[in-house]
Amino acid sequence: MVILPKDYKHTLDALQDEKLTIIAGGTDVMVKNRNWSGLIPRVEGNSINIFQLNELSYIREDESGLHIGAGTKLEELLNSPLIFEPLKAAVREMASPAIRHVGTIGGNVGNASPAGDTLPILYVYDTVIVLESVEGIREISIFEFITGPGKTTRKSNEIIKEIILKNIDYTGFYYEKVGGRRSDAISKLSFVGLYNADEKGTIKDVRIAFGAVYKTIVRNHELERQLLQSLNSEKSMEDIIDEYSQLIQPIDDQRSNANYRKNCSLSLLKSFIQMAGGN
Amino acid sequence: MSRVEFILNEKKVEFEGDLNKRLLDVLRDDFGLFGSKEGCGEGECGACAILFNDEIVNSCLLPMANVVNQRVMTIEGFSTTKKYKAIEQSFMDHGAVQCGYCTPGMIIATESLLNKNAKPTEEEIKDGLAGNLCRCTGYNMIIDAIIAVSRREDDLW
Ligand SMILES: Cc1cc2nc3c(=O)[nH]c(=O)nc-3n(C[C@H](O)[C@H](O)[C@H](O)COP(=O)(O)OP(=O)(O)OC[C@H]3O[C@@H](n4cnc5c(N)ncnc54)[C@H](O)[C@@H]3O)c2cc1C
Repeated sequence: MVILPKDYKHTLDALQDEKLTIIAGGTDVMVKNRNWSGLIPRVEGNSINIFQLNELSYIREDESGLHIGAGTKLEELLNSPLIFEPLKAAVREMASPAIRHVGTIGGNVGNASPAGDTLPILYVYDTVIVLESVEGIREISIFEFITGPGKTTRKSNEIIKEIILKNIDYTGFYYEKVGGRRSDAISKLSFVGLYNADEKGTIKDVRIAFGAVYKTIVRNHELERQLLQSLNSEKSMEDIIDEYSQLIQPIDDQRSNANYRKNCSLSLLKSFIQMAGGN
Repeated sequence: MSRVEFILNEKKVEFEGDLNKRLLDVLRDDFGLFGSKEGCGEGECGACAILFNDEIVNSCLLPMANVVNQRVMTIEGFSTTKKYKAIEQSFMDHGAVQCGYCTPGMIIATESLLNKNAKPTEEEIKDGLAGNLCRCTGYNMIIDAIIAVSRREDDLW
């Protein structure tokens, strides 16, 4: 059975009553539960379809950051002047127009794939996931929300209501998605780097994340601190690159292999370090 | 089982059944509309593309719950319009159709693109067709056909 909630409150009540499969755009759920043509997809248990809940579709900005409703469609992110350019860069290379017209950001987060292309960007923006149930609102950092491939700490009565990206300053960013073709391809790996330099060229902040090279997105604050120091003191980066190399533990699968993923990730890291003025 | 309504090719219609059923199956099995094809069944090939509130969407991934009270236009509905005739003629003039399996989806992708961007560049056309595979033409003829139809004098879009 599929529940079509009247409104957001009805959704929370229904989630409280039983464990339901949440469906938004369905672009992940429908592929995962694919059945023979003409037969109903094999979705586990009952479902609740939130695609048409307007209450979950919004983009707004305030002191705490950029709030994106979970039901916001990928294409809507591209069309909004409020969305930060690094997020747009990632979304532009996701899937195809047909998928972006229905796929949502909440679905990309909820799916928790290491190859989810919005995720590396959300990690560098210190994104907070806002969950809600009839018991109330719970805010949790994306670092703690996603625990492994397809695994999150969402409780079955909770819905992802919105995500909040911190407003951070940057003077340079580098995003690269490596896929089998230029569009409609799931990432073999992806890389994002952001840095912020002052007028004198001193780097004040640097942030790096890798997608699809580990169980979760790879971002490491300690290494970023070391990198920041090295960038400003013209120290060699070799040790830092070695440390990242330890964190990058990709797998072989149908899209790529571990060796390629690792070498390519480290090359992108080096390109970014050069771009930020390091050597 | 649920009973719901949606707009199919500009007419209000009813659907009764499981709301996780794919729109593609409903179009083909319940309404006898065979223009939307099943290619990959995973959203990668675009043979099942339809216009969903005027935008291209893959009907093989769209559960009926998403369609309730929304507007769906299939190639059959679109084929009665002036815009369709113009695209069809341009596809014929440029040899953009060979086996024809991808063609309904290609035409839907063309309409969705031109609705948003009446005079797309070649790059923008490639982005617009990113979700539609064609194994015959090598795409160049399709791209030529879209450039030509978008450069018509009568500003259909
Ligand atoms: C052909 C194709 C190409 C693709 N290309 C890419 C790509 O390039 N990059 C990429 O990252 N992804 C890609 N995807 C995957 C998919 O399109 C995205 O992950 C999309 O963002 C999923 O959104 P959705 O709304 O369709 O999710 P759904 O399928 O509806 O849901 C996905 C998961 O999230 C959960 N969920 C959804 N919304 C909520 C919520 N509000 N609260 C709690 N849980 C929720 C669902 O229960 C489910 O587990 C592709 C998919 C296809 C079919």
